[in-house]
Amino acid sequence: MALLEVRDLHTSFFTDAGEVKAVNGVSFNLDYGKVLGVVGESGSGKSVTAYSVMQILASSGKIVKGSIKYDGRELVNAGEDVMKTIRGNKISIIFQDPMTSLNPTYTIGKQLMEAIMLHTDRDKKQAWDRAVEMLRLVNVNEPEKRMKQYPFEFSGGMRQRVMIAMALACEPDILIADEPTTALDVTIQAQILELMKDIQKKLGMAIILITHDLGVVAQMCDEVIVMYAGSVCEQGTADEIFYNSRHEYTKGLLRSIPTADSDGSRLKPITGTPIDLLNMPKGCPFAPRCEHAMRICLKERPDRLQINADHQANCWMNNAEAVRAAGEAGLDVTAVREDETEGGEKHE
Amino acid sequence: MSDTKTNERPLVEVKHLKEYFPINVGLFRSKPLKAVDDVSFSIRKGETLGLVGESGCGKTTVGRTILNLYKPTSGEIWYDGKLIKTKADIEEFRTKATMVFQDPYSSLNPRMTVEDIIGEPLDVHKMYKTKEERHERILELMGHVGLNSEHAARYAHEFSGGQRQRIGIARSLAVNPEFIVCDEPVSALDVSIQAQVINMFDELQEKLGLTYLFIAHDLLVVRHISDRIAVMYLGKMVELADANEIYSHPLHPYSKSLMSAVPVPDPKIARANQRIVLSGDIPSPLNAPSGCPFRTRCQYATPACAEAMPDFKEVSKNHFVACHRVAEINQ
Ligand SMILES: Nc1ncnc2c1ncn2[C@@H]1O[C@H](COP(=O)(O)OP(=O)(O)O)[C@@H](O)[C@H]1O
Ligand SMILES: Nc1ncnc2c1ncn2[C@@H]1O[C@H](COP(=O)(O)OP(=O)(O)O)[C@@H](O)[C@H]1O
Ligand code: SF4
Ligand code: SF4
Ligand SMILES: [Mg+2]
Ligand SMILES: [Mg+2]
Repeated sequence: MALLEVRDLHTSFFTDAGEVKAVNGVSFNLDYGKVLGVVGESGSGKSVTAYSVMQILASSGKIVKGSIKYDGRELVNAGEDVMKTIRGNKISIIFQDPMTSLNPTYTIGKQLMEAIMLHTDRDKKQAWDRAVEMLRLVNVNEPEKRMKQYPFEFSGGMRQRVMIAMALACEPDILIADEPTTALDVTIQAQILELMKDIQKKLGMAIILITHDLGVVAQMCDEVIVMYAGSVCEQGTADEIFYNSRHEYTKGLLRSIPTADSDGSRLKPITGTPIDLLNMPKGCPFAPRCEHAMRICLKERPDRLQINADHQANCWMNNAEAVRAAGEAGLDVTAVREDETEGGEKHE
Repeated sequence: MSDTKTNERPLVEVKHLKEYFPINVGLFRSKPLKAVDDVSFSIRKGETLGLVGESGCGKTTVGRTILNLYKPTSGEIWYDGKLIKTKADIEEFRTKATMVFQDPYSSLNPRMTVEDIIGEPLDVHKMYKTKEERHERILELMGHVGLNSEHAARYAHEFSGGQRQRIGIARSLAVNPEFIVCDEPVSALDVSIQAQVINMFDELQEKLGLTYLFIAHDLLVVRHISDRIAVMYLGKMVELADANEIYSHPLHPYSKSLMSAVPVPDPKIARANQRIVLSGDIPSPLNAPSGCPFRTRCQYATPACAEAMPDFKEVSKNHFVACHRVAEINQ
């Protein structure tokens, strides 16, 4: 049994314009001491996946299907009382912009102490000591002095350290970090990432690291989930995803990044524009942008296929047998002509 | 992109540029914020010069001051061998040099149609005789950036980030510029869309012979698009060299940590990478350290570094560095 088991998670928002299927069948396991990366372009459902685990969705959002088990215990429909014992204690989250989660009118110390007292039975004095200890853990200099300062007196990198301190104050088993360094400069990003790795070594917790930066994934993660339009395209160990990608979106993403080799030549972007979740295609969600799309891709959603023990992908290209069977059953599986896929590329 | 394509003559020359902003620090006192402090460099015709450094180091201010959107506190801008000095010089310069902004959401008026957004500079500079000519020119500009004629009557808010950036670029191209300051033009875009827009910048440069000052904080992007790269720190230029050279052999201690901090999208390389993690934060430009601006975070700093600002010197051919100890550190 893994520490966290997510199975076939579906989360939707019910809006005036219709049902937005933000997360469409996400499954993964997470164990102690592991870093799981979640990558994908903006709007692909990374944050909503995290918010579903924490059950902090906006009021129009709902987990419509699936299971989330923490330490063997089902969390979906477990109720707010149970979630209160989980959030902050067992699973903590930090966000891209620490300013949105810090109250500008309270000192850093007061906010840290409140978080600590909320989740433990420490008294004020003990909470103060713990807060100072946590600030020291995240390499904040002169922690006693910093306790008395306000968020605006902290730089962006320093605020993110405070958020990490706050999230870790109760020694959670899982830290979810939602784009924790996206707003920071690279040298500060390097500090924060190094800090997260160090602390993880010390405390042994599991981390879910959400990012759109494949460089950050390569540096930090043991395992990776690649998301597109609310679905998982591909998941596996970092090495499998980077060196043996088996989904056309992942391949396209890796090709889009400038490297030493691309120098002096053109990049190879993914064509077209991101998907509209209110108008999801029937088959593979990536088909409108996929240069290898076959007819079957437009008609049927590819299943999750085991590539090897460490790797799964949802792409018809890996499933010659299924494609053949579909052909025999009368489904036209031949490749789609260029101009037919163009439809999906129409801008807006 | 390649050296052969650029010729040696500088198109833009920036000499001892300073841009100080007065900041109120008391009721009656103000203090200069030295956003750009004695920066000199040149850009050759057809070249792309990348400009990198942490946020707040002065990149945008350099770009805006070159274009005279801010009046320089001191220093000179030369364009095509001519000093930009009088009001008339500036007016003329503005038809040759423009800017592309980072944020495709806020830099375009959402209530204007694409046609009017792109047409505005044509109207301002009276660049057509007939309505037909105006329309033709707008369609031509849209073609340059990969938009089709159906888009002309639509409103900016109907477009995604990548498309808006294309509209912004078409607008910048309206005056037939030779030189464009690109201020983080792809930073807000997703990787796959970013690659489309970067290619477009490359293609436009080839087709129209453009010269770019390309500001960005993504070093992989900057290395890809630039011929040379300049690194700034706290209002000063600390290093300038050929793009690959500075990326693989940075000489300034700040550039070294910057380059080593780049997250490389390759797990084996990333795991083996020896990052030079800096301690501390970038100081406020209102309280810049004496002497070398980097000394509060530099592992090589000596007392001498607090005394005088190191000169920006050519240490090997076309490789400029501002560090007192550059020779010892890089032995
Ligand atoms: N409160 C909400 N109401 C309606 N749609 C939402 C809401 N929150 C998120 N979504 C939609 O869910 C999708 C996934 O969003 P998100 O998980 O935030 O993406 P990511 O974190 O990958 O950028 C997006 O299309 C977004 O518009
Ligand atoms: N118009 C302005 N008035 C006062 N200060 C400014 C102004 N523009 C920029 N600054 C300050 O100048 C410094 C450099 O800013 P900027 O050029 O925007 O940096 P970058 O583009 O590298 O992030 C920063 O400290 C910024 O706060
Ligand atoms: S299933 Fe088909 S459309 Fe989807 S990524 Fe694979 S080849 Fe492309
Ligand atoms: S001049 Fe001194 S402080 Fe500045 S970079 Fe060189 S060694 Fe470091
Ligand atoms: Mg998100
Ligand atoms: Mg800027």
